[in-house]
Amino acid sequence: MTGQERTGIKDLFQPHRIVLMLLFTALVIWCALSLRWDWIPKYAPLAAQGLWTTVWILVVSTTLGFLLAVPLGLAQAVGPWYLSAPARAFCTVIRGTPLLLQIWLLYYGLGSLFPQFPWIRSSELWPYLRQAWPYAVLALTFSYAGYEGEVMRGAFSGVAKGQLEAAKSFGMPRFTMFRRIWLPQAVRNVLPTLGGETILQLKATPLVATITVVEIYAVSSRVRSDTFIVYEPLLLLAVFYMAIAGLITLAFRRFETRVGP
Amino acid sequence: MDTSAAASLAVSEDVRQEAIRVGDLHKSFGSLEVLKGVSLTAKKGDVVAIIGGSGSGKSTMLRCINFLETPSSGTIVIGGEEVLMRADGSPADKRQIERIRTGLAMVFQQFNLWTHRTLLENVIEVPVHVLKIPKSQAIERARVLLKRVGLGDKAETFPAYLSGGQQQRAAIARALAVDPKVMLFDEPTSALDPELVGEVLTVIRDLAAEGRTMLLVTHEMKFAREVASHVVYLYQGRIEEQGPPAEVFGNPKSDRLKQFLSSVA
Repeated sequence: MTGQERTGIKDLFQPHRIVLMLLFTALVIWCALSLRWDWIPKYAPLAAQGLWTTVWILVVSTTLGFLLAVPLGLAQAVGPWYLSAPARAFCTVIRGTPLLLQIWLLYYGLGSLFPQFPWIRSSELWPYLRQAWPYAVLALTFSYAGYEGEVMRGAFSGVAKGQLEAAKSFGMPRFTMFRRIWLPQAVRNVLPTLGGETILQLKATPLVATITVVEIYAVSSRVRSDTFIVYEPLLLLAVFYMAIAGLITLAFRRFETRVGP
Repeated sequence: MDTSAAASLAVSEDVRQEAIRVGDLHKSFGSLEVLKGVSLTAKKGDVVAIIGGSGSGKSTMLRCINFLETPSSGTIVIGGEEVLMRADGSPADKRQIERIRTGLAMVFQQFNLWTHRTLLENVIEVPVHVLKIPKSQAIERARVLLKRVGLGDKAETFPAYLSGGQQQRAAIARALAVDPKVMLFDEPTSALDPELVGEVLTVIRDLAAEGRTMLLVTHEMKFAREVASHVVYLYQGRIEEQGPPAEVFGNPKSDRLKQFLSSVA
């Protein structure tokens, strides 16, 4: 971080900033006083649950998706054709079709296929497979893996050849080289991209409400249909999403400064 | 018995251990034959300078020795151990080649320090993660080495913030950290601004003085003459002339070498 990026206390009291802050405060006060918020206490527990669902679905799907994206990218960057061709096909299909369609295909397709097999119905996984969230997580994971597989392909090919040659020349075994040099450099180069894609992933999560997963968007819909209050829940929803997006940005920025120039 | 004793007496002037032997090395890229049968021996403590015009195959030869390039044919013996090669020249035993490479530290023209690690992390990387030396011990030694190349105060700095000369000196510290049997220098000063060449050559000169075995591909003729114990002149993939520096530089026999020396002088 350079000194220029930091905002000093002094800068906050520039005239135009004071005006902006006053306007914003007025807006917040107006929202608080003249809009209806009496439904909040009743729906707060559900909203908390929904928020939690959104967050864990996001974290799990991006983590698993990234773990999938690494081999997908590697296969496309340097793999033999029998690995790179399926990896490329996967990324192309995922990136070429709407996420909503993928979610529905998995949920209504797989979800209605599974019950036809008695051994699946009697398996220990069945209590999970009859719920909606596994399909939601799977679809979001595939989606993130598809996009990030493509990003990682570029990231792996983008690492300078000399960096790997230096590792090789010191007799570094291949996996050590991958773990210590290739992967960290590839990830470092695409960290800003990954941060942006994670925010896109956050904003893709409301789609899972269409298959009955009750995340934060589904809660706001519930409020609307129960009470016919339209704007207030949506406003609050927007605030929640912005807060999460802000946290993601902060997390990635911290990570970026830690891995050096 | 007598004859062999006599023979060993005859060579007793040079009983130092052989560090590296390259025999009849060939290398082709497609239909282009870059090395057309190069043989070379370096004993422990030798500093072999390899000179030649661009495209003469000198870098390729160096890169074949640690198999960054796969030789087309030939033999390579490092410290008495022959590298097992398949018919196509590729190393037959991955473990062997990794072990041998660790003993052959290379210093690159473009430094190739790992950009995501600080200088200290660069220097301890191979000792810790390849040689499995305890980290604290590796750090201690790394600080000594960095100090030795004049970068004691830059240990926590990332390579991107350093000049080319500083980066190359750090790369030399990284190479020293594995305590190499032979050091391979691939045009170590060619990518440097003229005013930074001296600081790197000073470090290499020190290493030569302490008896390190080195193969040095270089364009710095004055330096080669000064530090090398043996000079090899490559021309179009063959050794055109070789010998002690005083002879090769002072009294070149082949016309090509004469021409080459006058063109770089």
